[in-house]
Amino acid sequence: MDHISPVLWQFLVKWMTNFALFPPEASKIAPQMDALYFFMVLVSLVGLTLVGLLVVGFSILYSKKRHPVAVQIEGSTLLEATWTIIPLGLFLIMFVWGSLIYFRVYTPPANAMNIYVVGKQWMWKAEHPGGQHEIDALHVPTGQPIQLTLISQDVFHSFSIPAFRVKREAIPGRYTSVWFEATEPGQYHLFCTQYCGTDHSHMIGTITVLTPEDYKKWLAESTSGMSLAQNGERLFASLSCNACHNGRPDARGPSLANVYNSKLRLSNGQETIADEAYLRDAILNPSEHVTQGFAPIMPTYQGQVSEDGVISLVEYIKTLNSNYRVEQTLNTTGLLPEGEPTSKSTSTPKATAPAAKGTVTP
Amino acid sequence: MSSATIISLPDQSTARIPKTNFITKENGLLSWLLTGDHKRIAILYLISITFFFAIGGSLAGLIRLELLTPQSDLMATDTYNKVFTMHGIIMIFLFLVPSVPATLGNFLIPIMIGAKDLALPKINLLSWYLYMAGGIMILYTMMTGGVDTGWTFTTPLSTHYVNTNVLSTGLAIFVAGFSSIFTGLNFIVTIHKMRAPGMTWFRLPLFVWSNYAASILMVLGTPVLAIAIVLVALERTIGIGVFDPTKGGDPILFQHLFWFYSHPAVYIMILPGMGVISEVISTFARKRVFGYTAVAFSSVAIAVFGFFVWEHHMFIMGVSNYSTLVFSLLTMLVAVPSAIKIFNWSFTLYKGSITFETPMLYAFGFMGLFTIGGLTGVFLGTTGMDIHLTETYFIVAHFHFVMVGGMLMAFLAGIHFWWPKITGRMYPEKISQLAAVVTFIGFNLTFFPQFILGTLGMPRRYASYPEEFQILNVFSTAGATVLGVGYLLPILYLTWSLKYGEIAGSNPWQATGLEWQIQSPPLTENFAEIPIVDHDAYDYEWLEKMELAKKQHEGQEVSSVG
Amino acid sequence: MQQQVDATGFAMWLFLLTEIMFFGGMFTAYLIYRNWYYPAFVAASHQLNIFWGSLNTLILISSSFTMAMGVWSAQMRKQGALVLCLILTFILGLAFLGIKTIEYKEKFEKHHVPGAHYSLQSFLNPDSDQEAREAHDKPLPLDMARHTEIYFSLYFAMTGMHALHMIIGICILGFMIVRARQGAYTGGHVSFVEYFGLYWHFVDIVWIFLFPLLYLISRHQ
Repeated sequence: MDHISPVLWQFLVKWMTNFALFPPEASKIAPQMDALYFFMVLVSLVGLTLVGLLVVGFSILYSKKRHPVAVQIEGSTLLEATWTIIPLGLFLIMFVWGSLIYFRVYTPPANAMNIYVVGKQWMWKAEHPGGQHEIDALHVPTGQPIQLTLISQDVFHSFSIPAFRVKREAIPGRYTSVWFEATEPGQYHLFCTQYCGTDHSHMIGTITVLTPEDYKKWLAESTSGMSLAQNGERLFASLSCNACHNGRPDARGPSLANVYNSKLRLSNGQETIADEAYLRDAILNPSEHVTQGFAPIMPTYQGQVSEDGVISLVEYIKTLNSNYRVEQTLNTTGLLPEGEPTSKSTSTPKATAPAAKGTVTP
Repeated sequence: MSSATIISLPDQSTARIPKTNFITKENGLLSWLLTGDHKRIAILYLISITFFFAIGGSLAGLIRLELLTPQSDLMATDTYNKVFTMHGIIMIFLFLVPSVPATLGNFLIPIMIGAKDLALPKINLLSWYLYMAGGIMILYTMMTGGVDTGWTFTTPLSTHYVNTNVLSTGLAIFVAGFSSIFTGLNFIVTIHKMRAPGMTWFRLPLFVWSNYAASILMVLGTPVLAIAIVLVALERTIGIGVFDPTKGGDPILFQHLFWFYSHPAVYIMILPGMGVISEVISTFARKRVFGYTAVAFSSVAIAVFGFFVWEHHMFIMGVSNYSTLVFSLLTMLVAVPSAIKIFNWSFTLYKGSITFETPMLYAFGFMGLFTIGGLTGVFLGTTGMDIHLTETYFIVAHFHFVMVGGMLMAFLAGIHFWWPKITGRMYPEKISQLAAVVTFIGFNLTFFPQFILGTLGMPRRYASYPEEFQILNVFSTAGATVLGVGYLLPILYLTWSLKYGEIAGSNPWQATGLEWQIQSPPLTENFAEIPIVDHDAYDYEWLEKMELAKKQHEGQEVSSVG
Repeated sequence: MQQQVDATGFAMWLFLLTEIMFFGGMFTAYLIYRNWYYPAFVAASHQLNIFWGSLNTLILISSSFTMAMGVWSAQMRKQGALVLCLILTFILGLAFLGIKTIEYKEKFEKHHVPGAHYSLQSFLNPDSDQEAREAHDKPLPLDMARHTEIYFSLYFAMTGMHALHMIIGICILGFMIVRARQGAYTGGHVSFVEYFGLYWHFVDIVWIFLFPLLYLISRHQ
């Protein structure tokens, strides 16, 4: 990329975009992917030209009129080696280059802002952490890595933004994720690219990229009240999660303060990182995710909470860096036995709890 | 086009189709429907495959008509979804998979190896009946509402979210799959056990090697598709939860099972076509295929590697990033043997003596279009690039380039090449060359714009699309019209040639190969006596000696009579 | 002629290879889900009756023995012995299917057939269920109990496919008994019997794999 003159590069991209031969480049990864694309096009052109020249050239030189008697040639190991090794070498370059890009696209950076996207027949619902909800649309700022955590409520869908060169399947049953950093304000296509039934062609929308100031304005205008985490807190209480996960030393469930992205030891000895996928799975299939030192008594919430609800809960848990608010909800929902003093302090995470009660390592 | 040609026909005023041949041996419909003769079965297949191709092609026409305009205005979206699903299912399972093996393979393999028939003639007939049963079930499905899951039957869409004829389609494909398995089985056994004395493995024509490799894929891969279909059917009917996340199942498991077959399937489709190309290029360059051993081993390599790349259809589905490394690497490896073949065919032309009859034109078309198609496959096998290009029209263009630009051209090359052998008559050369050129032009106009559409991001299986994609879609539809003409012409003139074509004689191309040493059309038992093979494939020197000996023999006869 | 015989034998081996691929898909699914949902698989497996399963295994192994004896009889041109062996194989095959019917009926009655009427009771309340009590099973949490349906899906898919292959085999056996009594296989043309024997042994081997995988998960008695 650095080897190509920026002027030439811009000209190439602009020309191709104007002639609608190429989508606009609107993300940081787009030029990187386009560089690989042009390399591959170049190699293909060279290969095709080579084959074309060989075929056409030999056809002219050795047509029956010019070359009436064929010369029987068995082969040539040298040539075989050449056209085995050179294509293989070129393909391997593409493999390495492509894999680097692939890993880049599917490894979100730690500072990415997370937006949840739920796909369902036949619409996309985007849920910003601040509680903004969008249907078939997504507003994002430039200059900020954005991670999309995707899930489907029904069948396979695929979230595709050609201008960003990103695409990821939204499948039922678990989260998938992709990230990007938008670079150019504007409006871009959003497509569902995995056939999902009748209105697959209409499961499209618009990605609006705004400058950071405009984005702040948009956030302020479109807030719908509760943020995802606030909604999650509401659910946490109404589903009685706080009955067991209240952060007390004698609690039946592990404390969830700072559990997000921490390393957990499970009762079967395995170690795992408590990311979004883990948290979702722990809510829906708890008996496979028992923290060591705790009994496998958590009931499953499958069927009782929608994917949107799970998203809210996960967001809430991500925000927990202490059990203060959990304690608060216990008060308000009256789950505490009478007479017991409520803890007023911003209790520290269970560092004081005995180690046998589970290891929550921040 | 050069006026030089290698066509050598007998004197038309005295030539006759041989009175005794496999067509005239017995008469009556039953003698055809209950035949064990591999040649008759091949013709039964040819007729039925053409029939289903016509249906699949009409569906393609409907697709392109809808896509002339950005709105979904020609038919209801549900109907459009059914149309592209049926187009895919019919073209893949009822046309591409059986095309070369069941028609040309059935007809030629026993003759090419010096045998009287395949190893299991009754199983061969059974294969055709299973194919017809599958085909008729597909017709039934179409007439009772169709199916709209896409040919890929993605779960949970196919198991829980459509109320169209998934079961009958699944059953049809299951049955047709057995047709494929039995054909492959028959070929493998035949090639192993029925070769004539002296016909060693490395004297076999490359057409046989290619079909052998494809047969391995048919035999080992198709059963996995069968079980995937059975599980989908069970999930749809009694609700087992193997693919249902709410019951603990995993829809990605279906993807693995499905693509474990469906990737080798594409090699089942292309390898026999590559075999045809080897035969055609050799004949019209008058040369042994360059690097015979490399080409033979490449076919087997493609078959073997082809089993280990299936996850490249699932790169963006949330599979482990590290697994994509493995499968992408293997995909690069499987691309290499195809490249080797293209170069070997190119160099077969070097110092040859080349003419440009119709089969050769189709072969050249194959080489150019398959190169593009194959290279774009590498685009898609590169994980990073696949993110942008997958599930768009780039994929549609890629597989149509390899399947239609590649396989279908190879099929037409083979049909034209062996038409004189099968029917005893030549097709009309000029119009067939025209048809080949028309097909080539129409094809490029239809499918090249789709690469651009894919890069722009137009998703596949869309009935409506953003306005800015229209012009490219219009080009594509225009090309499809031209392509349709290109495909119609052969049907017309080949039928015409059955009555009015010139008498071909046994070896109008002066080709090597055992099939050209017997009469056209062949006897039912192929050979009056089983040949003893003492020469390699594509041995033009042997051919020359043979021709010389024949002339001398005839000369002696004349002189002894006169 | 020898070429034809060789060819058919080779074809039968190839066909069995396709059968391995066919069952292989289901075995793959089984291995994955057993790895993911082990407790559910243990509890569900305890619902199967070891006695019937072992008896069936014995029956099938015996039937393979009688089939092998049949092939030997054909090769030795002993028509009487051949017919007897085929009839014994036939009866043993029917016995296998009969026991399978008993087992399936039991599953049906206890609502362990996947689908609309599937019941989780046996797994949520093991005390209410005789087999679960005998196996000293603890109650499963609801989400894990739901996964037992996957076990039974695979159980019915795999044993059902196996039974289908048995039925086909038994039908062919019936045909063979008739032909054997006419002396068709004791005049030197034994290949049909031999190749059918291969098929029968294959079906037996599939069961040998199915039995421990389905019946013997974590049995500690």
